[in-house]
Amino acid sequence: MSNEIEQIKDPGLPAHVHRRADEDEKFAKKAETQVAILFILSALGTLLLIASYIFIPTDSFIFIPVMGETNAHQLFLGLGMAIALFCIGAGAIHWAKTLMPDEEVIAERHEFRSSDEDRAEFVKTVKAGAGAAGLGRRPLIKRTLGLALGLSGLTPLLLLRDLGPLPKDDLTKTSWKAGTRLVTDPGNRPIKASDLEVGAVAQTLPELAPGEERTLNNIGKDAVLLIRLRPEDFNLTAERLSWTHEGIIAFSKICSHMGCAVALYEQQTKHLLCPCHQSTFDVTRAAKVIFGPAARPLPQLAITVDAEGYLVAQAPFTEPVGPSFWERSS
Amino acid sequence: MTARERIAGNVAGYVDDRTGAAKWMKKNLTKVFPDHWSFLLGEICLYSFIILLASGTFLTLWFDPSQREVIYDGGYQPLSGLKMSAAYASTLNLSFEVRGGLLMRQIHHWAALIFMVGIVVHLLRVYFTGAFRKPREFNWIIGVGLLTLGIVEGFLGYSLPDDLLSGTGIRIAEAIIQALPLVGSYISFFAFGGAFPGEAFIPRIYTVHVLLLPGIFLALITVHLMLVWYQKHTQFPGPGRTEKNVVGYPLMPIYMAKAGGFFFIVFGVTAFLGAVASINPIWLYGPYTPGQISAGSQPDWYMGWLDGLVRMSPPIETHAFGHTISWNILLPGLILPGIMFTLLALYPFIEQWATGDKREHHLLDRPRNAPNRTALGAMALTFTLVSLMNGGNDIISTTFHLTINQMMWFSRIGVLVLPPIAFVIAKRICLSLQRADRDLVLHGRETGRLVRLPHGEFVEVHEPISPEKAWTLTSHEQLAPLELPEYDQAGVRRPKALANKLRNRVSRANAVAVPKATETERRELEGHH
Repeated sequence: MSNEIEQIKDPGLPAHVHRRADEDEKFAKKAETQVAILFILSALGTLLLIASYIFIPTDSFIFIPVMGETNAHQLFLGLGMAIALFCIGAGAIHWAKTLMPDEEVIAERHEFRSSDEDRAEFVKTVKAGAGAAGLGRRPLIKRTLGLALGLSGLTPLLLLRDLGPLPKDDLTKTSWKAGTRLVTDPGNRPIKASDLEVGAVAQTLPELAPGEERTLNNIGKDAVLLIRLRPEDFNLTAERLSWTHEGIIAFSKICSHMGCAVALYEQQTKHLLCPCHQSTFDVTRAAKVIFGPAARPLPQLAITVDAEGYLVAQAPFTEPVGPSFWERSS
Repeated sequence: MTARERIAGNVAGYVDDRTGAAKWMKKNLTKVFPDHWSFLLGEICLYSFIILLASGTFLTLWFDPSQREVIYDGGYQPLSGLKMSAAYASTLNLSFEVRGGLLMRQIHHWAALIFMVGIVVHLLRVYFTGAFRKPREFNWIIGVGLLTLGIVEGFLGYSLPDDLLSGTGIRIAEAIIQALPLVGSYISFFAFGGAFPGEAFIPRIYTVHVLLLPGIFLALITVHLMLVWYQKHTQFPGPGRTEKNVVGYPLMPIYMAKAGGFFFIVFGVTAFLGAVASINPIWLYGPYTPGQISAGSQPDWYMGWLDGLVRMSPPIETHAFGHTISWNILLPGLILPGIMFTLLALYPFIEQWATGDKREHHLLDRPRNAPNRTALGAMALTFTLVSLMNGGNDIISTTFHLTINQMMWFSRIGVLVLPPIAFVIAKRICLSLQRADRDLVLHGRETGRLVRLPHGEFVEVHEPISPEKAWTLTSHEQLAPLELPEYDQAGVRRPKALANKLRNRVSRANAVAVPKATETERRELEGHH
């Protein structure tokens, strides 16, 4: 016996086993009937779809277990369509599996690599072509062509310039000014300190001047949350404490992380939570980030009351609201 | 010749006179495709793409891609009289007034989810069986491109209705753009036609969603399929199957019927889902306004891992020289995904570098026979799954009564610790399976029959496995590790000594295997019995 290790051998493609339908016409006939039944079911599905479209009103509801109250029009329309399509597919596949020949066929593969002569020929052709164009010999043409192509590439960039204005101070300024009244959203009613009980939260916006329209762009920067705590709950610097009024503190509602609305207030812990990425801000400590990916506190709006007792901004926001950007300085 | 044959012959002749198609067609109509359930995954993607084109076209006939403000006076009472964008109002109209509109919306959304699931599972199949190896590297890269575009296309699609949930998604996308150093605010202002949300974004992404990206998809899918056609499909190892042949069934009639039928099955299942399974009920979310949000905001699943990465990111921002860099956005939102997709696209070349194997491969690997690749895949998958899970951390916390703190810390630690553990476990499992294969070939199948020998000993009877099975289990080759010398013959240190050392190391790890059973060993064992 030699020392050569002998590998297990390929026994070759196993002998083909015939299906019952190949050998017995009775089974073939049965398969044919099954395929026909599937196609007829499909036709019935389309009829169901047509009938539902015409006869079931769009506002009729039926109760289906698990699904609950369901719009019957859309349900039967969809079921009809599903049956119609699925049964065509099932019929075709059943047909292929039972009646079409199922003997495996062997096809040969060919190497993709071209022959060495062809490759050499190709290189020669390319070289000859490039030589005929004379790019190598005429550097002036090469360089000026490069210049022309490069410059023409600027055209689409230039033409896209008017997609939008430059940011200017749009990211840093909001509509809040000294003396702007805080009004409820929705409702646009000015708010008195007495309107808010301890523990209450209110969503507010700056009051509009007569004739002014509020756009979503304004709301995206101006939205402010008012929260009323007991003044002794605060743990603020003297300056920040002076920005509150009788335990009412105001923060930008736009998350300092990615700009979602920080809408979840937990009364017990006095935490604000952003539902997008769960950044959590401590209201008692000037919205300091205590959890999550946000890196900065929510900007605090200094508030006070005007002569009539309505809540107003003492001053604009001292920093940009919303997510960070390159030009932001702090 | 019957009349029908004559007519068919005339038509074919007419076409062939003008194109010479007969020669190509006669060869390709009987083209052989191998059969395996996992080869259907790519088909699912193709078919759901066709369903997306069809249902999407239907939706465009009623959808109004405009952020112009309108007052809703349609059939859905709870929102009656509310201000909203025309996009949102027309989506409500599609859902409540247009007959079949809601069905088509739901089919479109389900088809998009199935498209993305199909792509990911197809990618995993191609990865774990080594189907990306030479000569199919181009198709792998095209596939990674399709995956990336699919994520973008899906995101743009569900952003169009301008409901409260999707508007929040756009807000996050805007924050990612805005976080780009140097150009962020400018690109954002150009994209949105000014500050967020503006009135330009939805009409713009509509063009991208229905024209630009589908066009690129169509082109890439065409090339993808042409390459599959031209290079012929890979096949699993088995008796009679070699690197030089394809064993399977001819296109006509078998695959025309099977693949054609499968299209209708996929469409049928999607229609069924559209009929019974409510998806993206935008009327419950309300119109978008930047000042509001709903709890439990979740993106579609294929964006979930990105959102999960953003959620678990540490709160780091750098402020220096009057400028801000938001690492908490850039790292999880752009840098990490960028690295992941680049590594994914380059994987075939990385593996080639490690194995030094430059030959063509048409026989697939069983995942266990490439333990390192399988383990790397398990590692990447674990990373993505932990991220995906963290994308739903709020929902998981409320469902299982955990704190969001526990979830977040589990993810932050898990995303670093679990992937290497998955690597080790997967590699061990692969080697164990190799050992099991070896035992099976050498000792045969356990029959479950216990026999008591005359001297009282109990043994289980083993039955030899069939020659076909034995071949299937042993036909793979086991590569020896590369041994690139550090010094050349003259004793001089070779230029790329360090790179070669690393390559040797990786290659050694790659070549770890349980030696496969051989005929010689089998015979020796028979001699003993």
